[in-house]
Amino acid sequence: MKDKRFQIAHKEAIVGVILVIINFLWWYGFAYGLGSGDPRKYSYILGMPAWFFYSCVAGTVVMNVIVYLCIKFIFKEVSFDEEEGDGL
Amino acid sequence: MKTAVIIPLLLFLVLYFLIGVWANRFVKSSNNFLQEYFLGSRELGGFVLAMTLIATYGSASSFIGGPGVAYTTGLGWVLLSMAQLPTGYFVLMVLGKKFAIIARKKNYITIIDYLKDRYKSNSIVLISALSIIIFLFSSMIAQWVGGGRLIESLTGLSYRTSLLIFAITVLVYVLIGGFRAVVLTDTAQGIVMLVGTIVLLAATIAAGGGLQAIMSKLTAENPNFVSPYGAERQLTSLYVSTFWILVGVGVIGLPQMAVRAMSYKDSKSMHRAIIIGTIVIGTIMFGMHLIGVLARAILPGIEIGDKVMPMLTLEVLSPILAGLVLSAPMAAIMSTISSLLILVSSTIVKDIYLNFIQPNATEKQIKQTSFWVTTLIGAAVILFALNPPDLLVWLNLFSFGGLESVFIWPIILGLYWGRGNKYGAISSMIIGMGSYILFDRLYPNALGMHTVVLPIFFSFITFILVSLATASVEFQGETWAE
Repeated sequence: MKDKRFQIAHKEAIVGVILVIINFLWWYGFAYGLGSGDPRKYSYILGMPAWFFYSCVAGTVVMNVIVYLCIKFIFKEVSFDEEEGDGL
Repeated sequence: MKTAVIIPLLLFLVLYFLIGVWANRFVKSSNNFLQEYFLGSRELGGFVLAMTLIATYGSASSFIGGPGVAYTTGLGWVLLSMAQLPTGYFVLMVLGKKFAIIARKKNYITIIDYLKDRYKSNSIVLISALSIIIFLFSSMIAQWVGGGRLIESLTGLSYRTSLLIFAITVLVYVLIGGFRAVVLTDTAQGIVMLVGTIVLLAATIAAGGGLQAIMSKLTAENPNFVSPYGAERQLTSLYVSTFWILVGVGVIGLPQMAVRAMSYKDSKSMHRAIIIGTIVIGTIMFGMHLIGVLARAILPGIEIGDKVMPMLTLEVLSPILAGLVLSAPMAAIMSTISSLLILVSSTIVKDIYLNFIQPNATEKQIKQTSFWVTTLIGAAVILFALNPPDLLVWLNLFSFGGLESVFIWPIILGLYWGRGNKYGAISSMIIGMGSYILFDRLYPNALGMHTVVLPIFFSFITFILVSLATASVEFQGETWAE
């Protein structure tokens, strides 16, 4: 007995894993990509070191946007009641 | 001065108490006591779900300990704390609708109900229940010790009095209102945490003359404060990255988080909670830890990390606003404790009493037992917090990473891997906790990674190998992986 709702749920769980991977890569890439040089020579954005701005500030905003878009366009509403599989 | 600070704290306390009284009406009128008292009748909407996840997760360490470490470490610690962003979306996305649907269909009240039904094993019930009771009990005590000391330092009341006022209020609202009171107070407390963070961050930046000025001051003292590597360049990228397992994805293995993934009303609530939760957890974790770093430019030379946040607040804000902001760490502490209290209580009542002691208890007996159990645990926590025994302080060290190592694979693989069986689950739980304690004692931060990494890896391998090796012995008839 296959429940269609579970197929949707499986897909959404994979989206969750992909999001964490994107989140991590963005965070790591900017932090250690821009931040590994001499701290005295950092460039600054809005009063913050560029690595910090991109990794922690922009990264958080970007993740929020991606999460929002995923929910809007990928996540589906399903019914949690007994009858199987007729959620949208 | 001290009075002005304490007024907001006490007003919020009254508010939380009234929420408990209000929630009590649902407990009284519900025709399914267990489901209402321990799960709020699965009626959580999106906003409440987001806030209760955040408030349960955000604790004394997010508001007191964390900023204290950031103060001595610099921006590298803010970077590390951002590993917590996934807690806003990952738990709900990965446990997801499947967990919510199955929990509803099979009427699970606790995480252990799920594990018991999935693996058909009483040993799992016992191991899980013991881990939850022992580790979360000590964790509640640790939170109260932090809360009591904070109130003591702010108000001049004795530690004993501070603790009793706050702890008894929390005990009463949890006792009379159950899970519904817990999540509704969590919501109010989550708002206090969010507002407190934003107010304090803005005031701190202003007091320091802007971010640029603060950063130059920090760079002048030690350039490494503004690097990702920490003041002594002690934070390697590998070590910091492994916090993504401890405080990011691993959080899914904490029973107090996972149980919330079966308590919401419908899929719309879950969607909203993910969006709201990600924004709020990002703001709080980023804000509080950045505040710790900025504090260094405003109040240099604080020796004890835990004092940074309270001292800074009193320095940069007027007394009333300071009281509001200092209600945030208290809110974080109370919301964590209330969630743990109702969880430990549900474990004892639903998983121990109804499983092993009195399976045929009447509704009335269940009610009475629930109230007594909650009262006794709450009272025991307060008693021990007045004079915390070393053993409990020690146990609390394992209550985060250790519980993750125990529960993460049985919960996730149980849901998504049909071949996982009880032998795999039991052995992975034992290996998870055992190796966590051993590594912590003998070889902490093994191979430059946080201690939690290897135990979670070992418990994964154990789960898979043992399940495959015993596949012929144990066949799970249910279509869990479909």
